[in-house]
Amino acid sequence: MRIRVDPDRCQGHARCFALVPELFSVDDYGLSSVVGDGAVPFELEEKARLAIANCPEYAIEELAD
Amino acid sequence: MARRTAPVRDWSEDFDVLDAGYIEDPFTIWDELRQTCPIAHSNRRGSNWLPTRYEDVTAMAHDIEHFSSVEVGVIPVAVDDPEEPLLPYGLPPISVDPPIHTWTRRLLLPWFSHRRVESYEAMTRGLCSQLIESFADSGHADAAENYAQQIPVRVIAQILGVSADLSDTFTGWVRDVLEFADDRERNFSAVEALFNYFVAEIAHRRQNPGSDLLSELLQTEVEGAEIEESVVLGMAALVLIAGVDTTWSAIGSSLWHLATHEDDRKRLVAEPELMPLAVEELLRAYSPVTMARLVTSDIEFKGCPMKAGDKLLMNFPAANRDPAVFEDADKVVLDRQHNRHVAFGSGIHRCAGSNLARMELRVALEEWLKRIPEFRLAEGAELTWAGGQVRGPRVLPVVFP
Repeated sequence: MRIRVDPDRCQGHARCFALVPELFSVDDYGLSSVVGDGAVPFELEEKARLAIANCPEYAIEELAD
Repeated sequence: MARRTAPVRDWSEDFDVLDAGYIEDPFTIWDELRQTCPIAHSNRRGSNWLPTRYEDVTAMAHDIEHFSSVEVGVIPVAVDDPEEPLLPYGLPPISVDPPIHTWTRRLLLPWFSHRRVESYEAMTRGLCSQLIESFADSGHADAAENYAQQIPVRVIAQILGVSADLSDTFTGWVRDVLEFADDRERNFSAVEALFNYFVAEIAHRRQNPGSDLLSELLQTEVEGAEIEESVVLGMAALVLIAGVDTTWSAIGSSLWHLATHEDDRKRLVAEPELMPLAVEELLRAYSPVTMARLVTSDIEFKGCPMKAGDKLLMNFPAANRDPAVFEDADKVVLDRQHNRHVAFGSGIHRCAGSNLARMELRVALEEWLKRIPEFRLAEGAELTWAGGQVRGPRVLPVVFP
């Protein structure tokens, strides 16, 4: 599983970071990004889906392999 | 605070957000409107539109071309001299559109970043526990006035670098601005007092700069020039006004829920690891804030003939109860997994203080439940709720062993 945060959609709600800090980082302006190259370790896949399902801006996308 | 207004004939064409019944229980009215007239209209206080569906509220929030933020007050705020207003830009960035919005927001955001908010947590926790100690042994408290109301104002005072001794005064001003907006005299004298207070604080900081938000704004240059003082004033007033009533309402509503829903209270005590999800769920179910937008040009939106100058009430609280988006929308599910709530708004005006609000709500609930895991509403308690721009309990008597 690979995910990314669309910087044009992200408005800095930081819901992803609050729920899954292992996968996301936020800058001082609230803009979120996926840690590393976007690859989600197997054990965090469920949490990645949780982040996707909680983003109010639909800014987190799962990338096709 | 609920006042007497003429009874509502028909919620779809004569709604009144200050109706006492609506303030106490808007949920059933929204449920009905979503089915029958998802964008209601009213001519009370000007021509206003009230969307109740998630899809519509978020679409409007993103359409900044047709829906401007220059008028965000749900109830029109008393204006001073319209030719020479005290604050020509209002309270940036909330009350402006790009481009002013963009740079003023960029200046504020780092003060409320995750990293910065973490540094306020220990102080918030100490404050909460100190407040609880003051009433824990007595077996009763007003969870709104003695607790919720006392927390955010003190945290904000620290960020602004102003004296926490003035907390009660700040709280009074903020309530007069937001909750008593239709009492023009009360409203205007609070706006004036707040304005004069910050004018004096700014003069002081020009001489004695500190490391607070106000001092930093005064020393910041934008495109080679100092920021206009009226913009600094507006930004300072915004931080105070937006950071106080709102979070205190969220804390109060959450405590009201736990006082009246024994199962949820017990579950949260037994499973404290649920807190991050529970906080989001309580924010969804009891979203305190409604913001307004001004229609910039005639537009037909979902069949509604909106005119330039009409106002939209961005009903984020109703959006968050929309069953098209949330399963069992009217039920609090502490560990709700799918929760794209918009309690902090949607689009470019997402609440700049959302990290702070979320931390304050979590810490306030954690500290309360740690010390007072069992509590309920006092027998025969008379609750009062504020509504309009910000909904939350103002009198919330609870008892505990």
